[in-house]
Amino acid sequence: MAVNQTDRIKVAESAGAWRGFAAGKWQERIDVKDFLDHNIQPYTGNEAFLAGATEATVELWQKIQQLVKQERANGGVLDIDLHTVSSITAHAPGYIDQKKEQIVGLQTDAPLKRSIQPFGGIKMVVDACEAYGFELPAEMVKMFTEVRKTHNQGVFDAYTSEMRAARKAGIITGLPDAYGRGRIIGDYRRVALYGVDRLIAGKKQELVLLETGTMTEDTIRDREEISEQIRSLQELKQMSLAYGCNISRPAATAKEAFQWLYFAYLGAIKEQNGAAMSLGRVSSFLDIYIERDRLEGRLTEEQAQELMDHFVMKLRIVKFLRTPDYNELFSGDPTWVTESIGGMAVNGQTRVTRSSFRILHTLYNLGPAPEPNLTVLWSASLPEAFKKYCAKVSIETSSIQYENDDIMRPQFGDDYGIACCVSAMRIGKQMQFFGARANLAKALLYAINGGVDEVSGAQVGPAFAPITSDLRLDYKEVMGKYDAMLEWLAGLYMNTLNIIHYMHDKYAYERLEMALHDREILRTMACGIAGLSVVADSLSAIKHAAVIPIRNENGIVVDFDIQGEYPMYGNNDERVDRIAVQLTETFMNKLRKHRTYRGALPTMSVLTITSNVVYGKKTGSTPDGRKAGEPFAPGANPMHGRDRKGALASLASVAKIPYEDCLDGISNTFSIIPKALGKEPQTRINNLVSLLDGYADSSGHHLNVNVFEREQLLDAMEHPENYPQLTIRVSGYAVNFIKLTREQQLDVINRTFHGAV
Amino acid sequence: MLGRIHSFDTFGTVDGPGIRFVLFMQGCALQCQFCHNPDTWDTGAGRQVTIDDILQEIEPYVPYYRRSGGGITVTGGEPTLQAPFVTELFKACKQRWGLHTTLDSSGFCEPNHAEPLMAVTDLVLLDLKMIDSAKHEQLTSRPNERILRFAAALSSWKQPVWIRHVLIPQVTDGGDDLRALGAYISKLQSVEKFEILPYHRMGVYKWQQLGRKYPLEGIPSPTEQEVARAYRLVQEGGVHAASQMLEVASIEKKQPIGRLLG
Repeated sequence: MAVNQTDRIKVAESAGAWRGFAAGKWQERIDVKDFLDHNIQPYTGNEAFLAGATEATVELWQKIQQLVKQERANGGVLDIDLHTVSSITAHAPGYIDQKKEQIVGLQTDAPLKRSIQPFGGIKMVVDACEAYGFELPAEMVKMFTEVRKTHNQGVFDAYTSEMRAARKAGIITGLPDAYGRGRIIGDYRRVALYGVDRLIAGKKQELVLLETGTMTEDTIRDREEISEQIRSLQELKQMSLAYGCNISRPAATAKEAFQWLYFAYLGAIKEQNGAAMSLGRVSSFLDIYIERDRLEGRLTEEQAQELMDHFVMKLRIVKFLRTPDYNELFSGDPTWVTESIGGMAVNGQTRVTRSSFRILHTLYNLGPAPEPNLTVLWSASLPEAFKKYCAKVSIETSSIQYENDDIMRPQFGDDYGIACCVSAMRIGKQMQFFGARANLAKALLYAINGGVDEVSGAQVGPAFAPITSDLRLDYKEVMGKYDAMLEWLAGLYMNTLNIIHYMHDKYAYERLEMALHDREILRTMACGIAGLSVVADSLSAIKHAAVIPIRNENGIVVDFDIQGEYPMYGNNDERVDRIAVQLTETFMNKLRKHRTYRGALPTMSVLTITSNVVYGKKTGSTPDGRKAGEPFAPGANPMHGRDRKGALASLASVAKIPYEDCLDGISNTFSIIPKALGKEPQTRINNLVSLLDGYADSSGHHLNVNVFEREQLLDAMEHPENYPQLTIRVSGYAVNFIKLTREQQLDVINRTFHGAV
Repeated sequence: MLGRIHSFDTFGTVDGPGIRFVLFMQGCALQCQFCHNPDTWDTGAGRQVTIDDILQEIEPYVPYYRRSGGGITVTGGEPTLQAPFVTELFKACKQRWGLHTTLDSSGFCEPNHAEPLMAVTDLVLLDLKMIDSAKHEQLTSRPNERILRFAAALSSWKQPVWIRHVLIPQVTDGGDDLRALGAYISKLQSVEKFEILPYHRMGVYKWQQLGRKYPLEGIPSPTEQEVARAYRLVQEGGVHAASQMLEVASIEKKQPIGRLLG
């Protein structure tokens, strides 16, 4: 993306905005990483410099808490703008308290008022309105049923009968076929660093590059998409002007940098209600602007923290209109505004800055919260003072997740971010096609029952020969049948995703987010699996104990009699851990066999968020002794209570799952009571740091850390009004505990608490 | 050499410094009324293992123990009942990994029997339950002379020790008893730390499972104020300044995991 003459002039004009920055090729090209490499100021000190909340911060936050309370009293949704289809420019400016807000901009014209985002599917909008006591106007329904087609309609036009059956049975679930797919991170920093005009100029050049050769389908699509991207950038300028800001030029101060960046993100969430609308890796980028302002004497630490607090406040009130059953699947009201913090640069420097501390410090100034989804990129080489601060914040707020920078950096470089929970991607250079997950535990039951669903009795999978013997299950026979069933599932799953993403590109393309990407990007087809520990334990039971099938009156195996002991996943026991490892390798290799939409690279995650509860509900009894309807373990966690050798053995089992075959992430949730981390606060911090270092060293990928008392959670179930901000980490994500369904709350409470003394 | 163990936990943080491998030995000579691990009493129960078996279980986690300044703690049951096994285990842990070794003991052990073990033990966690021998016998089924002999021997060997006292309301919280405990501790050398372990009822279900009558039925856990009072009284008794008095932190000892979970 070299610049031409007019752009050179623009570069000169922006010299004022770039004053004091170290020069580099980032000035000639869109290259935020190069800007970071040259300008970041690593910080190795401790948290002593941090400032508390200003008066304005406290007042604004009180106002928001009041609104959130009203929202809860109102049944979960405060208000909906029923008459406006959300777009970048559709809504008039909105404020919480304009005079006090350092950073402005809301999704609609009022805080917590939700917007109508029908391009993913109108049905979800209609159902959500109804569930929360609103009625969508008939003309709106008509518009998106008869006039304008949606993604959802497109997908169902193309789904095969087999896909519909698999979806209904829950062997593939959580598919983004009725709403925005999300998990795309726009490089929102580009707007602050370059201003929108420079970005538009770049995109126009890309269009010129495509004025050649034959107009193939690919080229035509590229040209249309880039034209849409340019249009979206122009709309973004318009939206910002309505708030009194001219973002066509680069940001010249820290306040502008926060504001420009937030506008870019705001534009994205006005246009898309994606399953996860993640932020990227912005705090250390913004730090460069703060440091410059501090050097110039125009910003105090209090003011810097105020900018961060107000920015984070905005991220906390991002809201989408979703149906209650979506919330049941994913718990509460998730948006996954994931921010990646810290990590190391390829050149050996740390990416930790003062602003890495500042963004974590919002958990004190504003109290704990699930959003933004604060994700620390952990490396054994991080500055010790930062490690300790993270551990302290984890112990006190349970609001941080950790992902292993030392295993991601070789794959994704040093300017990647996490989308959603555990999906790493190079920012502005890579996107993913979100693929939810396949239920491998149900697939095992299909293998035993010849493709017949154990719950409904319907023939969902292929009618392979079932196991007919009533004697002890034979490991080899089961494995042979399971392999064939997984082969079928992988193919069906991939084809389903191909349809979904074809239609999403066609009917709900992410114009603005993709405008903040390079033209040539890597796309991944992010598949996922659920039930890893259930299957590993089931196969281990079949192999090492005697598992006798129990049939119902139709001859379908609906339960199992397990005689004897078997090694269980979560005890660092190679006999069963090997099965879990092989399962991930096998299924990933089966996915790799299939053609993907737009040549996407297949990847896989072991992640459930809270859907482990719903998956369990839809799955019959399994050979590990889990009864029908009981929850799976979340993500890659061992099953509840089966890890008997303590936390380190449990972590060791999970760390064996190969990241190379699960490049979309391996989620592990770790809950511990404070006392079990040590006696004195300082000891607890040191022990948690050692735990995180050790897990990272053993190639573990992701760790959610919850430190709380069981009794506290039980009390919160009975008296939710006393715990408006109680935050806990679930697989890959944080939630407000009181927003979970009762079943999910019980699942969290029953889950292994390590070191229960 | 074979040892008889109850179970182990790879992540212990309350029985010695740092993160520790905690090994629960099987078998105990005392029968304390407050015991939260009565399933470790029977010297014939548990399972037999070799030193190598245990070393293999420790090995994967050595980086965690080293980094945190932790190590291995052997508890029980009463580990000194199998002193030769524990000695060999500690020796091997030191030779292989240079791990810090901690012995958590009731002290019911003849000093000469423990001497080789002490040579490879970095820290002893010693439970002193009651200074009055008759009361001690009532509480634990044995008098305390042997335990006090053991404590004195540790003192003469300058063996670093953390003294711990289980505080049971109405049983081990008498003012005179606590002062006597403080006075006794003040005479010992190389006591690095004194901790009160508030009595808790989390082991009661094990008594029920074993079909035993729980002797402390109806006795509650001490409140924070009661714990603070106990610290004060022990201090009045004269615990010397070199030993670190812990702040009021309600700490329980580690219990074996497994059936406790879920």
